[in-house]
Amino acid sequence: MTTTALLVSTRKGAWIFRADATRTTWAVDGPHFLGQIISHLVLDPRDQVTLLAAAKTGHLGPTIFRSTDWGAHWQEAAQPPAFAKAPAGEVGRVVDHTFWLTPAHRNQPDVWYAGTSPQGLFRSADGGVTWAAFSGINDDPQYRAWMGSEKDGTPDGPKLHSIIVDPRDPGHLYFAMSGGGVHESLDGGMTWRVLISGMNVVDGYGFDAANPTFHDPHCLRLCPSNPDRLYQQNHCGIYRIDRPADSWVRIGKNMPEEVGDIGFTMTVHPRDDKTAWVFPMDGTEAWPRTSPDGKPAVYATHDSGETWQRQDAGMPKEQAWWTVKRQSMCCDSHDPVGLYFGTTSGELWMSRDEGRNWECLARHLPEIYAVEAAVL
Amino acid sequence: MKVLIPSALRSYTQSAQAEASGSTLGEVLVDLDRQYPGIRFRMIDEQHQVRRHIRIFVNGVSANGLSQLLHPSDEVVIVQALSGG
Repeated sequence: MTTTALLVSTRKGAWIFRADATRTTWAVDGPHFLGQIISHLVLDPRDQVTLLAAAKTGHLGPTIFRSTDWGAHWQEAAQPPAFAKAPAGEVGRVVDHTFWLTPAHRNQPDVWYAGTSPQGLFRSADGGVTWAAFSGINDDPQYRAWMGSEKDGTPDGPKLHSIIVDPRDPGHLYFAMSGGGVHESLDGGMTWRVLISGMNVVDGYGFDAANPTFHDPHCLRLCPSNPDRLYQQNHCGIYRIDRPADSWVRIGKNMPEEVGDIGFTMTVHPRDDKTAWVFPMDGTEAWPRTSPDGKPAVYATHDSGETWQRQDAGMPKEQAWWTVKRQSMCCDSHDPVGLYFGTTSGELWMSRDEGRNWECLARHLPEIYAVEAAVL
Repeated sequence: MKVLIPSALRSYTQSAQAEASGSTLGEVLVDLDRQYPGIRFRMIDEQHQVRRHIRIFVNGVSANGLSQLLHPSDEVVIVQALSGG
């Protein structure tokens, strides 16, 4: 009998929700790390035992905690992600927080990748105990230029995120930066190439779309059933790419005009590469980044982005100004697929029928930063 | 010397007070980290600067920096700055 676990990261701690076999009854375990800012809590799918949590508090520096007993005990990383000490007379960068955690390829047990704010790429080869800069981009002058300054990112800092490993090839990697574009490596991170063709930049400022620094990908997802296909929710629309093509197609143009194709998060079907879900945000005028018109909904495509269907059954019909961040929507691998999202207002929602019907799993949590699902 | 530990760091020391030695503030924090691995990085960043929301006092006076000379009889107080929400 399988169970489903939801790993919920918030601004004030982490919670673990566990479901029965039908995903009807959920037991809550938490808070873990009450008061600490948890950006990402991730289960290692290779052993289904190891949890890593990216943590910091408002006062203390960032670290990563590790558990092999589902949070009964946590052990801190001996060497958390940190930038290199700058030479005398130069100003060095400081990791504010680890934002993103990705387990490496299934044939690389104990290898993890981490993305930080400000943007940095790190790797652990010992299950998250020690971390080191990975691939040289952290101090590469070209990448540093593309990363921009502290002002070129989200309100709580620019982020390296969406680190993706091709399930067919441990050396085929992607990552994205807000800001700084999408990047791909075919040689295990030795070299990288920019993958931004077809992506739009903000209009009206004369930004050069060929310059990665002006690109703000919010969330990349690779289709498990077709690793040549990736979807992307960007600051400037929703995109799809089918490799080996190297140009993104803006499939968000097919969204209803009154809703638009702005948002933070996106998730893809585990077995059907034509199906994906987004959670649109209002990107008009002052960019409120809340549900358009206060009417929240998930939008699904079942034809690779040619058409989109609104899915809001069970959600509030008005005056619900939700924000769902880039790590806060995910799906499980059941049939039918379960979908989950968490709001910055602390509500956790689920659908056990691929988005057709929704119900609230939890209210009154702190601001939700990330939701990850695991089928055990 | 005596080092007073703020509540946010007591998960390392299991106590509000610790003993550490060194001739400078920086050395005392290194000794503290030797006893309680990981505690220094939560206070001092990779550029060897005291983190933004951490304050350190020596005998009730704000420390001048990690190179400040200390005596064994000094008292070091680590404080979470009054910030956050």
